[in-house]
Amino acid sequence: MAKITFIQPDGVTQVIEATVGQTVMEAAKTNDVPGIEAECGGACACATCHVYVAEEWREKAGAPSEMEEDMLDFAFDVREESRLCCQIKVTEDLDGAVFQVPAKQF
Amino acid sequence: MTTLQHGGGSGEPIETDVVIIGAGPVGLFAVFELGLLDIKCHLIDILDKPGGQCAELYPEKPIYDIPALPVVSGQELTDRLLEQIKPFEPTFHISERVDELERQPDGRFLLRSDAGTQFLTKIVVIAAGGGSFTPKRPPLPGIETYEGSSVFYSVRRMEDFRGRDILIVGGGDSALDWTLSLQPIANSLTLLHRRDDFRAAPHSVEKMRELVAAGKMRLMIGQMAGLQGSDGQLESVAVKTKEGEETLKIDRIMPFFGLTMKLGPVANWGLNLEENLIPVDTEKFETSEPRIFAIGDINTYPGKLKLILSGFHEAALMSQAAHRYVYPDKKLLFQYTTSSSNLQKKLGVR
Ligand SMILES: Cc1cc2nc3c(=O)[nH]c(=O)nc-3n(C[C@H](O)[C@H](O)[C@H](O)COP(=O)(O)OP(=O)(O)OC[C@H]3O[C@@H](n4cnc5c(N)ncnc54)[C@H](O)[C@@H]3O)c2cc1C
Ligand code: FES
Repeated sequence: MAKITFIQPDGVTQVIEATVGQTVMEAAKTNDVPGIEAECGGACACATCHVYVAEEWREKAGAPSEMEEDMLDFAFDVREESRLCCQIKVTEDLDGAVFQVPAKQF
Repeated sequence: MTTLQHGGGSGEPIETDVVIIGAGPVGLFAVFELGLLDIKCHLIDILDKPGGQCAELYPEKPIYDIPALPVVSGQELTDRLLEQIKPFEPTFHISERVDELERQPDGRFLLRSDAGTQFLTKIVVIAAGGGSFTPKRPPLPGIETYEGSSVFYSVRRMEDFRGRDILIVGGGDSALDWTLSLQPIANSLTLLHRRDDFRAAPHSVEKMRELVAAGKMRLMIGQMAGLQGSDGQLESVAVKTKEGEETLKIDRIMPFFGLTMKLGPVANWGLNLEENLIPVDTEKFETSEPRIFAIGDINTYPGKLKLILSGFHEAALMSQAAHRYVYPDKKLLFQYTTSSSNLQKKLGVR
């Protein structure tokens, strides 16, 4: 288990219990985190699971693959800390991680 | 042979037994099931190619749950379906959206596309999936007020861009192709992309870089932050880059952020809808309107799963019901393709 925090654009935070082996997107959907749309169900084909990784968690969350970078082109307001959270696997290392939900998924 | 028709004409409606709205995997397989029952089809899709979500959203990704195909990519599934339905000579109308559907006094339906093509058909099969593919709209405040006058997602008339200050946003083939075609007629052209890496064909990227080096256009790495203008006429665009914000004098924007599915015109045809889906029965997959069927991702019923496999089953059962409408006097004999010489003749294998 890993505790993961999502911060909404208006500042509201939500802490969820994620299971190791799931993706962060799946954990967010299971817990009804608003603003994570994930239209393609995690196939890295829609860019509607866009999140910003909090500064201190960027290294543990890792960098996007080439395929994910290509898909990030279809997201809005992409920043250096942008990830598609269907491409982040939950590990024990992510216990305590913080992700910010963007204002719009497009 | 499969016929592809681009754009359409106006004039006399095309008369046919069945029009299938949507050429996704389920619409394609419906051609097969209807074809076995001697029913000919026209298919219409807003995409520039058949295959629906499989061809547009995940052509190279693997699908593992198509019966008897342990793994197949979205594009390969589409290609195989096209091969399978070839004997039935369907006519495709691509890059066309069905906008209107009206029941006629004689019980048939008149359909009209955005390109002006008209169809007079006995049966309508709605295989519209998640709805028509539509360009994604950047979530900038007020952008909709500029659409069609200053903001364009496709080029209908090149002349609308002559002598203009054009901003093209994106990094794929559409963005690069339009950069290269519009640069010669623009007053100024700026290509804006979030990173200095492009998904487009390498030779177009190279050509674009040559134009930039020659001072004929500008490449900016950044993102749109806001639009300014009045009465639908755009005057400038705020662009956020690593260095800060810059305001560009722009009166034409072409944003290319891919496509998304929107229900679209299907909502205006007087059918019962439940959360943007069309309820059907599970015997015939018929909608609240007799002779209009809905199959694949667009329909809903107790236990519905949005799977290609379920859509194929729905196509088979729908076809039996369609047969009763098209040939009311003919008794339908249940047959296997393995053993029926009649079916094999239709498939061209005998
Ligand atoms: C990334 C991803 C992975 C998937 N993986 C699987 C999987 O492994 N297994 C599986 O079974 N399913 C999978 N699916 C789901 C599968 O792709 C859909 O169930 C399937 O595409 C539905 O087929 P369809 O023919 O009903 O609709 P679609 O494929 O959605 O096609 C509908 C077509 O209708 C067109 N259309 C709609 N309205 C109009 C109009 N008014 N005029 C003209 N054209 C119109 C659209 O443009 C579209 O091309 C996946 C989906 C995605 C996005
Ligand atoms: S869920 Fe579609 S890209 Fe992540």
